[in-house]
Amino acid sequence: MSITLERLSKRFGRFAALRDVSLEIRDGELLALLGPSGSGKTTLLRILAGLDAPDPGSGPIDFGDGERDDERRVGFVFQHYALFQHMTVFDNVAFGLSVRPRRLRPSRDDIRERVERLLRLVQLDGLSHRYPGQLSGGQRQRVALARALAVEPRVLLLDEPFGALDARVRKELRAWLRRLHDDIGVTSILVTHDQDEALEVADRVVVMNQGRIEQIGTPDEVFHHPASEFVMSFLGDVNRFHGRIENGVVRVDELGADVPLEAADTRGDGVTARVFMRPHDLSLARGDDGGESSFAATILRVNAAGPSVRLELENAAGRPLQATVSAEELARDRLAVGDRVQVTPRRLRVFTDGHASADEESPGG
Amino acid sequence: MSRGGAGRARRTRPGVRAPGEPRWVRLSLIGFTALFLGVVLLLPLASIFSEALAGGWRACAASFSDPAARSAIRLTVTVAAIAVPANLAFGVCAAWAIARFDFRGKSLLTALIDLPLAVSPVVSGLVYVLLFGLQGWLGPWLARHDVQIIFAVPGIVLATIFVTFPYVARELIPVMEEQGREQEEAARLLGAGGWQILWRVTLPRVKWALLHGVVLCNARAMGEFGAVSVVSGHVRGKTNTLPLHVEILYNEYNTAAAFAVASSLALLALVTLALKTWVERRQDRAREEAQRPADDDPGRTAGTGEELVYVHHA
Repeated sequence: MSITLERLSKRFGRFAALRDVSLEIRDGELLALLGPSGSGKTTLLRILAGLDAPDPGSGPIDFGDGERDDERRVGFVFQHYALFQHMTVFDNVAFGLSVRPRRLRPSRDDIRERVERLLRLVQLDGLSHRYPGQLSGGQRQRVALARALAVEPRVLLLDEPFGALDARVRKELRAWLRRLHDDIGVTSILVTHDQDEALEVADRVVVMNQGRIEQIGTPDEVFHHPASEFVMSFLGDVNRFHGRIENGVVRVDELGADVPLEAADTRGDGVTARVFMRPHDLSLARGDDGGESSFAATILRVNAAGPSVRLELENAAGRPLQATVSAEELARDRLAVGDRVQVTPRRLRVFTDGHASADEESPGG
Repeated sequence: MSRGGAGRARRTRPGVRAPGEPRWVRLSLIGFTALFLGVVLLLPLASIFSEALAGGWRACAASFSDPAARSAIRLTVTVAAIAVPANLAFGVCAAWAIARFDFRGKSLLTALIDLPLAVSPVVSGLVYVLLFGLQGWLGPWLARHDVQIIFAVPGIVLATIFVTFPYVARELIPVMEEQGREQEEAARLLGAGGWQILWRVTLPRVKWALLHGVVLCNARAMGEFGAVSVVSGHVRGKTNTLPLHVEILYNEYNTAAAFAVASSLALLALVTLALKTWVERRQDRAREEAQRPADDDPGRTAGTGEELVYVHHA
């Protein structure tokens, strides 16, 4: 089911949780609402579920086929599961079916069969007589998912579904959720503050900040082509510098020397600019001789635990910066703490005040 | 009202003692508490039973077969049978409203619920006399329509409801506030209506707190003296409850019968205490179960995708 919402606003007292948000959710997609706490993502989800009402003056929420709001049939998975503690797993999953009015209620046998099928789907068959208190967190979350799916929702809403789980279980569950979504194909909206989670499972990511949508796009688009400084800094680590645009190049005084960096879009002359570089977009070379668009730095710390090596550096002006290189590069260049290196940004992004954005390879170095 | 404070406190494990307190401090504190309770509580309680049985079982039983005593027992049970369900309904409504909704005057309402605990029971009774008595605001109108409230059973019921209405609500409000509204929201999104949510989600979750409130409410309803005394009129065989009956017997120097009847009230107290303790234990256990942290068992969490089959929307 596709959902369209227009100009949605919601205030809680003086706090504006949502400001004029418009969004289209496509049929069958898995959409992630990503943002820090207070960005409005959960408010948006609760309004879609009908748990909260948008402020008067908001545009309509269109559930596609002109259904009335009270028939919107949403499945909702709460962050803390909200399982019925006093009911068995079976009764939890059966709840949505057993509360239906008699004429719409499936027979006892039908309910039993459907619940058992759902429990097999979430791989919890055999635990149907346990109580939620006897399950692990990951199992509880899957019961919550089965319970939400039991009513055959037209849209599945997940509020930080893995937020309360430990890192390992979280990773397993989100890969599993993605496969489950591919299997059952129900339109799903996932709220998360975890960028890895959003980028890994979603078809499209909606990045939110302070009640507004900053950018909508595929994981690839929002990560590699961030539309704003916020998106740039929220998705992944960045090094951020102040500079200005002069004669078609970006000059960053903070890098110790008056280094000219090339960027595609350098409209405006003398405009101040914020320059962003991702740690993995920096090339390091030993020695003092780099090239026009490089600058000197000293290695302060090397952390090789993990798939790539994280380096903490300090440039000539004493500004800290981070770089990520592969273990092979580290070994090849024999980089070690205390070394002086030349840093060349392979790619950088520049945001200026009027309009944002230059997003290109920097051919320097 | 104790609100079960002691019962909820974490029980310390035996053998674990507070460090640093010298032995004599501990012993004298325990000794003083035990002595005080013995003199103030246990001794009088024991004396009730010993006085009641002083004339032998037969005399004791005889004081209950007296028609006036029987009528008092009947009235007390009737009053409790009306007041307790009434306050159960009120308590659930009030707790639901206060714990689940935000509205103007909420804190005032919460404070008002405690009013009967703050005000002397005599005043509670007088309020009804002022309202419904012959000289009261509604008295003349009631008299014209031949409705008697004061010095009759309706007055006793009203006064009893008044003094006992905080018990259920006050037990429920903190429990419901602590539990939050998520499970009810979940039930609503699964299609449950208001009554279904109440019966299948809300009440089962608060049942121990509810029972706790009912037990206390019942004990107070049966034992209330002050407020009932003011509105009852003490018509023997008609408007006398058990506590009032005890007083009359005592004032008539019928000590043996007074103590015999009083022993039934004391027995009620002991039963209440036992019930209350049992309910609190269950409540503690239910809470511990609900709050037990989930220990993630990686072997049991999501498996591999190969086993997933399309089974939805059949």
